[in-house]
Amino acid sequence: MTTQTETLPTTACATCPAFNSAQLRKLGINTEDWDYVVALAGNPNTGKSTVFNALTGLRQHVGNWPGKTVARAEGGFRYDDANYKLVDLPGTYSLLSTSVDEEIARDFILFGQPDVTIVVVDATRLERNLNLCLQILEITDRVVVALNLMDEANRHGLKVDERHLMRQLGVPVVPMVARRGEGIPELLNAVRQVVRGEFAVRPHRIQYRDSQIENAVHNLAAQLDARFPGLPNARWVALRLLEGDESIERALTEGTLGDLQRGEAIKSQNERMTMGVVGYGD
Amino acid sequence: MATDGSANDILQTATQLRAQIGGEQYHDKLMEAIYTDAAQIADQSVSREGQRARLGFDQLLDQALTHRIFGFIVMGLMLLGVFWLTIAGANVPSAMLADFLLGAVYNFLHQVATALSFPLWLSGLLIDGIYLATAWVISVMLPPMAIFFPLFTLLEDFGYLPRVAFNLDRLFHKAGAHGKQSLSMMMGFGCNAAGVIATRIIDSPRERLIAIITNNFSICNGRWPTLILMGTIFIGATAPPALASFFAAASVVTIAVIGIFVTLLVSAFLSRSWLKGEASVYSLELPPYRPPRILQTLYTSIIDRTLIVLWRAVTMAAPAGAVIWLSSNIYIGDASIAGHLVNLLNPVGMLLGLNGVILVAYIVAIPANEIVIPTILMLTLTLGRNIAGAQAGVMMELDEGQVYTVLTQVGGWTLLTAVNLMLFSLLHNPCSTTILTIWKETKNVRWTVVATILPIVLGVGVTFTTATIARLLGWV
Amino acid sequence: MMTTTRAAITLDQLQMGQIATVTTLNSTGLNRRRLLDLGILPGTAITVEMRSPLGDPTAYRVRGSVIALRREQSREIEITLPASVSENE
Repeated sequence: MTTQTETLPTTACATCPAFNSAQLRKLGINTEDWDYVVALAGNPNTGKSTVFNALTGLRQHVGNWPGKTVARAEGGFRYDDANYKLVDLPGTYSLLSTSVDEEIARDFILFGQPDVTIVVVDATRLERNLNLCLQILEITDRVVVALNLMDEANRHGLKVDERHLMRQLGVPVVPMVARRGEGIPELLNAVRQVVRGEFAVRPHRIQYRDSQIENAVHNLAAQLDARFPGLPNARWVALRLLEGDESIERALTEGTLGDLQRGEAIKSQNERMTMGVVGYGD
Repeated sequence: MATDGSANDILQTATQLRAQIGGEQYHDKLMEAIYTDAAQIADQSVSREGQRARLGFDQLLDQALTHRIFGFIVMGLMLLGVFWLTIAGANVPSAMLADFLLGAVYNFLHQVATALSFPLWLSGLLIDGIYLATAWVISVMLPPMAIFFPLFTLLEDFGYLPRVAFNLDRLFHKAGAHGKQSLSMMMGFGCNAAGVIATRIIDSPRERLIAIITNNFSICNGRWPTLILMGTIFIGATAPPALASFFAAASVVTIAVIGIFVTLLVSAFLSRSWLKGEASVYSLELPPYRPPRILQTLYTSIIDRTLIVLWRAVTMAAPAGAVIWLSSNIYIGDASIAGHLVNLLNPVGMLLGLNGVILVAYIVAIPANEIVIPTILMLTLTLGRNIAGAQAGVMMELDEGQVYTVLTQVGGWTLLTAVNLMLFSLLHNPCSTTILTIWKETKNVRWTVVATILPIVLGVGVTFTTATIARLLGWV
Repeated sequence: MMTTTRAAITLDQLQMGQIATVTTLNSTGLNRRRLLDLGILPGTAITVEMRSPLGDPTAYRVRGSVIALRREQSREIEITLPASVSENE
C-alpha cells in the first residue's frame, strides 16, 4: 500500500540516476517493437527538440524561435530493458484553440493514449508554460514535467522550487539543462516510475471558480461516466463538449470515445495522424 | 436529464448547458481559470534573487538590435556578411570540386567505359548525361550551401532572427504578410526548397501560404551564377572598364531587389484576393537570447539542411542529365528532339526577347537551375556553328570571353537577350524540388499550381513588355 | 494625484515604463483566442518592452515572455493604469 502523501521518487535507483543513464540506448528512428509510447509536448521554444534529440540520438534541428516543429517527429530509445517510442508533438501555447498544430498535439495525447507525456516547461517563463501543462494534466495524469532551461533561470536570477511545483502539480518534476544533458537520467527515471505506476500521481485539477461552469462540467461528466464507465478524462471531454469542439463531438458520435474507455491505444489513429510528418530524411 | 443517454443525448445536454453558461464567454472563463491557477502556482514556486544584471544585458542588446538606426545597420551588415562569406568562401572549394568531378573523375569514367568497351550510347547516357549533370549540381551547390546554412542557423540559435522579423514586420504587414516572411525569404536566397520549409515558423495559415507561394521570388543559389555571368559579360561590358565590375554587381543586386518588390506586391495581391478567406492571426514572440552552440549547429545544419537539400537536388539532376543527353542524341528526321523543340519554341522565345534555346534550357533545367547555362552553351553550339568543340548532350563550361563570343556570334544574343534572361531567371517556375516541397508543406494541389504557374505568367508578361518596348524604341 | 479619470485607454497608448493592467479584450475569433493562449486576459499586468524601429509592432512583456503585437491588435485591448500616475519603482 502506498501512502497518499508519498509522491517523491524513493526507489533505490532514484539515488543513482547516473548509473541508470548508462542503460539508455538511443535508437534513432528505429521505433520497432516499442513497449511504451512517450509523447513530448511543450510550448514553442522550450528546448523540446533538444530533449527529443538527447533521448533518441536523432538530430532534429531546433531554432531559437516559436513553432519550429510543425509536424510530428518520432524516435526511439531503450532504457532499463524496455523500448520506448518517443513522439515529438508540435510546440503549442495551448490545446484549446483551433490551429492544426494544436489539433495534432491534442488528438495524440487524447486518442493516441501515450503511456507518458513529457511536458517540457521553460523555467524562465513558468506561468505561460503552466497554462499548457495544466491543460495536459486535465487530459492525462500520466505526465512528467521536464523543467528545462534551469541555467537560463539562474542567469535571470530566478529560483524555481521544483519540489513545491511537484506538490502543486501532483506529477514528477525534473529540473533540467537539456542542451548540456543535465537531468536526462532523472527524466528517464521519472518516466519509468510513471510507466510502472510507481509514482502516485495526483494531478492538479483546474478550479473553474464559476459555479455555473463547475455545475455544467460536473453534470455532463457524470453523464459521460454513466455512458462510458472508466473513461479516463470525462471531465475534460465534458469541457470540450461544452465549448462545442467538433472533433470531440465526432469522437462521441462515432464511438471513438468508447475505445478510450477500454483503454485501447488506437493504433489507426496513429496512422491517420502521420499525415503531418514532413521533412527529415525523405 | 437522462443519466444513461446515448451519444446524441449527451450532445443535447451539452448544447443546453452551453446556452446556460453563456456561449462565447465560456472560453474566456476557462482560460481565466487556467491562468489564475498557473499564476498562483508559478508565484509560489518561483522566487527572484539578487540582481537582474544579465536580464538587463538582454534588454540592452534588444534596444540596440531594434534601434531605429543602429538596428538596421546591424541587420544590413549581418546580411552582407552572410552573403559575402558564402560567396567568397565557396569560390575556391567550388572550383576544386569542379576540377575534380568535372575533370578528373569525368575523364576517368570515360577511360573505364572505353576499357570495358561500353557502346557509345551507354557511356554517353551514363557519363555525359546522368553523371555530368549530377556532378555539375554538386559542385555549384554544395560549397555555398555548406557555408550559408550554418551561418544562418547560428543567427537563428542565438535568437537574432525573430528580431529581424520584428524590425521588418511593418513592411510585410502592409503587404498583408507576416514579418517572419523576411526570414523565409532570406533562406530562399540560399535555396527555395529550404525557404519553403522555413515558412513553418509562420503560425498563421494565410500568411504562411503567402510566404510559401512567394518564396520563389528570392533568387536562389542555383540562379545566382546565371545572373552573375550575364551581369559580367553583357551589362558590365557596357560600362567603362574601371566601372565594369561595379555595373555587373549593381545589375545582379537590382534583379534581387526587384525580386523583393515582386514578393511584396504578389503578397499584397494574394492576401487581398485568393487568400482572403484563409484564417489569419498575428503574434510574434521574442525569445531570450541564448549563446549558440557552434559545433552542434555546424553539424546539425549540414546534416539537416545542406545534405537533404543537396540529396533532393541530386535525385532531380540525374534524370535531367539523362533527358538532356537523350533529347540531343535521338534524331527524328533531320534533327534531334532538342533541335525540334528549339525550332518550335523559337518564335515564342523571340517574342519574349529570348530564344528557343533558352526556353528549352529552362524546360530541361526544371529539376535544377544550376544547369541552365551549361545547357544553353551546349545547345547553342551543337545546333549552330560549333566553334568550340561541343558534343551533343554534353553540358559544357567556357571562360567568360568565349561565352560572350559563342552567345553573340553563334546564338545572336543582344543586350536585350541578356537582360531578359536575367528577368526570366527571377520570374519563372520554381525548380521541381521546390514544387515538391510546396506540395508536401501545403498538401494542396491548388496552391502548388498557383505557386508554379504564377511566376511564369509574370515572367512571360515582364519579358514580353521589355522586349516590345526595346523594339519600339529601336534599341534592338 | 487628483481623482484619476478612469476613461478606458487601450494598450496602444501605453508608454514605455508604465505598468498597466488589462481590463477588457475587444478582439474576436482566432485573435482573441491567441491572446488568451498567450496569457493576455483581464487582470494581466503588461508593460512595453520595445517598439519596432518602423513604429509597429510593439513588444510587450507579459507573464515573463516578450510578445509583439500589431497596433490593430493592441487597440482592441483595454487597460487601466495604476491610480498614482506612472511612478515606477
